[in-house]
Amino acid sequence: MLCETMTTSRRAVLGASGALFAWAFMPRWAQAARGRDARFVTIILRGALDGLTAVPPLGDPDYEALRQGIALHAQGPNPALPLDGFFALHPSMPNFARLFRAGQASVVHASATAYRDRSHFDGQDVLESGYETPGRVDSGWLNRMLIGLPKGEKIAPGASEQAVGLAVGANAPLVIRGRAPVLGWAPAVLPQAGDDLAMRLMDLYGQRDPLLAHALAEGIATGKIATGIELGARGGPGDPEGMKHLAAGAAKLLAQPEGPRIAALAFEGWDTHAQEIGRLARLLSGLDGAFAAFEQELGSLWKDTAILVATEFGRTARVNGTEGTDHGTGTTAFLAGGAIRGGRVIADWPGLKDVQLRDGRDLAATTDLRAIAKGIAVDLLGASPAILARDVFPGSEKVAPAKDLIA
Amino acid sequence: MAHSSKRMDAGLALSRFGLGARQGDLDAISSDPRGALLEEITNRAVPFPSGEELKPTADLLADFYAFRDEQKEARERKPADGTGAPQAGPPQAPMASDQPGKPEAMAAQPTMEGARAGASAASSPVAPPPANGAPAPKPIPPLPQRVFLAEAKARFSGTTHVPRIGFGERLAMFWANHFAVSAAKGPALRIIAGAFEREAIRPHVFGRFTDMLMAVETHPAMLLYLDNQQSFGPNSVAGQNRKRGLNENLAREILELHTLGVNGGYTQEDVTSLARIITGWTVTGREGRLGSPGTFVFFGNAHEPGAQRLLGKTYVDAGLEQGRAALTELARHPATATHVATKLARHFVADDPPQILVERLANTFRTTDGDLAPVSKALIEADESWAPELTKIRSPLEFIIAVLRATGAKPEPQQVLGALYAMGEPLWQPAGPNGFSDTIDAWASPEGIRMRMDIANTAATRGADYFDPPEFIDTRLGPLLSHETRAAVSRAESRAQGLAIAFMSPEFQRR
Repeated sequence: MLCETMTTSRRAVLGASGALFAWAFMPRWAQAARGRDARFVTIILRGALDGLTAVPPLGDPDYEALRQGIALHAQGPNPALPLDGFFALHPSMPNFARLFRAGQASVVHASATAYRDRSHFDGQDVLESGYETPGRVDSGWLNRMLIGLPKGEKIAPGASEQAVGLAVGANAPLVIRGRAPVLGWAPAVLPQAGDDLAMRLMDLYGQRDPLLAHALAEGIATGKIATGIELGARGGPGDPEGMKHLAAGAAKLLAQPEGPRIAALAFEGWDTHAQEIGRLARLLSGLDGAFAAFEQELGSLWKDTAILVATEFGRTARVNGTEGTDHGTGTTAFLAGGAIRGGRVIADWPGLKDVQLRDGRDLAATTDLRAIAKGIAVDLLGASPAILARDVFPGSEKVAPAKDLIA
Repeated sequence: MAHSSKRMDAGLALSRFGLGARQGDLDAISSDPRGALLEEITNRAVPFPSGEELKPTADLLADFYAFRDEQKEARERKPADGTGAPQAGPPQAPMASDQPGKPEAMAAQPTMEGARAGASAASSPVAPPPANGAPAPKPIPPLPQRVFLAEAKARFSGTTHVPRIGFGERLAMFWANHFAVSAAKGPALRIIAGAFEREAIRPHVFGRFTDMLMAVETHPAMLLYLDNQQSFGPNSVAGQNRKRGLNENLAREILELHTLGVNGGYTQEDVTSLARIITGWTVTGREGRLGSPGTFVFFGNAHEPGAQRLLGKTYVDAGLEQGRAALTELARHPATATHVATKLARHFVADDPPQILVERLANTFRTTDGDLAPVSKALIEADESWAPELTKIRSPLEFIIAVLRATGAKPEPQQVLGALYAMGEPLWQPAGPNGFSDTIDAWASPEGIRMRMDIANTAATRGADYFDPPEFIDTRLGPLLSHETRAAVSRAESRAQGLAIAFMSPEFQRR
């Protein structure tokens, strides 16, 4: 079923693209980068992940006062999982903790893209396009990276259907869109609207339209009874089961000998302005399950795999008035996979005192996310730093590829 | 102030009387929104669906007869062998395996083809195929379904996107629902449901009601849908020979639904009389004994002889003319004017429309002998039609069309049909001859709104790459927007969510 979908999708995408001839070379990173047949996965978390909850700096003396009721603790009920004595991990991520201990996962903290405002749309544009400013949406950095990778043997025009990139989900994340042909895959279900959309609509209807509010509330209640599960629990990118499902599907395709090598996914629902504890517990368990799904489905290929998880920006250091956090700056990125030199929290920790916070409110960003992406591209895939600076992350000459991310 | 009320009128013109705003439509009409609407009436602007498969009814039925022969032959060739069954299955239910709206049809969803400004052509080819992947090569659907899909496509990828406002198209939808037939009746109806709308409805949207009525009641689709080809005058030659009698189905619906209305003052006697009057109104069969196959014909041998009394008036037996005269009188009846006026006002303005508006429309209808252009004009010119409160809820059909126009999407017709089916308004398939409901309660149901949310979410996921949500609502909803909706859209956590909220906002759902 899966393979069949892949074949036909691929044919459809390439047949329609006319881009086949522009991609007349097989990439050859098997020679370019340490003889590895590598896999690289980028997962975009839309909505802005709160890095201070995902990877709480329990050793920072100001953390608990800022976070108050949503602070995590090393002891007591539902304790955070230890990482390195200063940082801990959200208790919903046991798989990631295991990988971390096994040296197959790292955390990058206090990181951000080049974007310094607080609009989701613009922030995601910058994160995915690889440009320094928003508004560039014709292609994403992963796709341009594919084009710039070392070329192997020339492929006769039309002789191969090889698509090296894989876009997972009902629409291709911007990060992987562009000139290089990309295979598309999404589970064959009607993506259901998630809890978050329903909540926002309930809020809007509550203010503007009692009739629609009543109908929607009842519709949701009925839907829960009918399916026995929460709204949105059937496979969307904003619920844990959906995340695992998308990850497993992507991994199966990446594991095909002739399949794609680079994949992009997007998970949703991270905009936790209210009731953050419960929502992030759920979402992070989905992300954690996605790591496990990749590990399991990639099998022996896991050792040559790197997964980068990134979000458009972070959230306020202080808890807000509704047990949540608002749009901020610095946050957490995750690295996982057998190819990762793991067991480390990579951070130039800026501190959480008022003067250390950006604008007195956000975790400051001390690590440029582009350095992380570049480091993986160079050491795992054999990408050229010059091309990365020129085409993939334009204007990033001064952002050197991070070293030693890859084992 | 005058400026802002013109902006408001532009918003209302597009949503209440039109098909919903495309990029640029609000600006284009904002200098004179009511004038732009009146211009559509003056120009009799009703876009015409076109396509290779969209043939005249007679040709479609001829094709259908041939298709049935082929099926029959194929069945007879291999009677015991299951593989010998024709693709389409038995004629009684040839669409059983290919009805739109099955879960498979829902899986794939609209692909946004309206490219976002600035997106290069080179980037679009790498958008992934529909959610379930490109479908495996499917057998070609049987002829009736193929034509049905072509008719749907000619509208959702065609006429939907053509008009600036689309009042004419909205009226075509209104009248097709007023004179409802159902494609679910069988394969013959399925193949000609679209042709019925093209031939009997559209040409008369800004013409005379009498002409539309006549075109409808003599159209093969209506005659087959309401069984008039089975109705024989008990004392007619054919009735006597075949021991057959009246079928009142069409006559009753003409009185109850098409003209006078249920409280229009007719009796059972009138129903029976009208049934007798229109005996012999039938469709020629495949053999073409009565005329060219698949066309309307007056079959005198089945016509009940003698004069008939209908609503106190006597109609002498003049064959087909007896029925034409009766329908002409019905179209002129004051109750018909009130019935049509009420339905129009209810459709466009409010479930419980202002009585003064209904009276004005009915009056115009009566004084112009049912000329629908001045009636439509009266609707637009009435201040009661322009209340700024958005009270009506878009029907699923109106909702989908508004989404298609707002995004410029032209998805495969199966996807649109699937969404309409899921939301409870399958195209040209109402549960009965009274058509789909036209009240808020019918569409603001819990399941309906929930389903809309899933569909809005899917469409938004597809469209997220092409639109900036705050800009999108400004250009599509502009003057109708509430502060709360603006805030909810701009606070969304992603473009896709922002678009989904835009589609589900009260300003988009209501009109």
